[in-house]
Amino acid sequence: MDFQRLRCSALGWDDAEQETVMADHDHDHHHEHGSELSETQLRVRALETVLTEKGYIDPSALDAIIEAYETKIGPRNGAVVVARAWTDPAFKKALLEDATKAVGSMGHMSRVGDHLVAVENTPTRHNMIVCTLCSCYPWEVLGLPPVWYKSAPYRSRAVKDPRGVLSDFGITLPKDTEIRVWDSTAETRFIVLPMRPAGTEGWSADKLADLVTRDSMIGTGLPLNPGEVK
Amino acid sequence: MDGVHDMGGMDGFGKVEAEKDEPVFHAPWEGRVLSMQRAMGYAGAWHIDHSRFAQEQLPPAEYLTASYYRRWALAMEKNVTERGYVTPEELKAGHALKPGKPLKRKLTPDVVDASLCRSTFYRPQQGPARFKPGDRVRTKNIHPASHTRLPRYARDKVGVVELCHGCHMFPDSVAADRGDDPQWLYTVVFPAQELWGPDADPTLKVSIDAFEPYLEPA
Repeated sequence: MDFQRLRCSALGWDDAEQETVMADHDHDHHHEHGSELSETQLRVRALETVLTEKGYIDPSALDAIIEAYETKIGPRNGAVVVARAWTDPAFKKALLEDATKAVGSMGHMSRVGDHLVAVENTPTRHNMIVCTLCSCYPWEVLGLPPVWYKSAPYRSRAVKDPRGVLSDFGITLPKDTEIRVWDSTAETRFIVLPMRPAGTEGWSADKLADLVTRDSMIGTGLPLNPGEVK
Repeated sequence: MDGVHDMGGMDGFGKVEAEKDEPVFHAPWEGRVLSMQRAMGYAGAWHIDHSRFAQEQLPPAEYLTASYYRRWALAMEKNVTERGYVTPEELKAGHALKPGKPLKRKLTPDVVDASLCRSTFYRPQQGPARFKPGDRVRTKNIHPASHTRLPRYARDKVGVVELCHGCHMFPDSVAADRGDDPQWLYTVVFPAQELWGPDADPTLKVSIDAFEPYLEPA
């Protein structure tokens, strides 16, 4: 199959035009960096330059977004929410009733948009989150999704063979545990409230948050046990 | 559309392989793509469902082999050109050749923090909700050539309404440039046997979030 032709025709470019684009960019950027840039890098750079010159975007705002996702908006936000639910029954109740409102009330993180739903794991039920159609994920509490979450293996199998997926993650659940998979097909976003590990009685919420892994809030993992904390 | 993006239940993609200590971005250009998408969305250039639909329309082989952010970049090229924000000649030249079109607003560093909060998808209802939690519903057997959020594996299946999420903008309409057309949104849960037949895992239940036009009483 001719991938190059397929891609170019999707964009309405023919191969000759495409080669011209590549040549132009190679000329520009070799001087700047002295190294080969990939075709994707060149196209992304062209796009950013054009959008900037046309006044649509401000590159310094892009820098700020990237910095926020690299430094502020990650799974620690969700872990703090989970740990609080483990230690504060009133908060847990509020979280399960209206996660948007409950998380919003914490005020320690970037604000949460509407439509967040928390689903609780119990001894008889395990929840798992997927987006079979694209990559919907609760960014504000978990950050950007990992590559595997957006990959074909996960998206295809989670709704049909979640126990098989769990075994890829080294997790085996009791045979009679109900597995509930939530396919995020709209703008609702889900976060799993995992079960609090045994042996953590009397722990502070701060300490408990260290046990809450990203995957435990997606449902492809379990929280760490007390002995597993680094 | 019945595209390769609609992957639920397909076989043959292999094991899920998690990367240890995965970085937020694997290359700087990925962050540029993500943040450009956010900035153009903030500016009101297009809606998230236009981005999704543009990706769905990539040739299947391209969709399956391009990396995630490359798909985003290709979709963005499609949206900026088809919506008249940029000409193909400008992308080719790597420079603007004429002034831009007016946009609603521009994302600047001072408003980035506020912009990272997702906007609401709630819209005023057009009528009363047709279903309530506990109702049995059948998903419709529809195969539109355009964007829809009813996955193939969950069409023409009987499930139970579990949650009502209020009235939301309707992706099928938004992606087709027919406006928000607000619709009630429900979580509908199906036993695995209903989706995958009698050999399915008896402990498994799967839910989708389904807009009211996808559903009829069962």
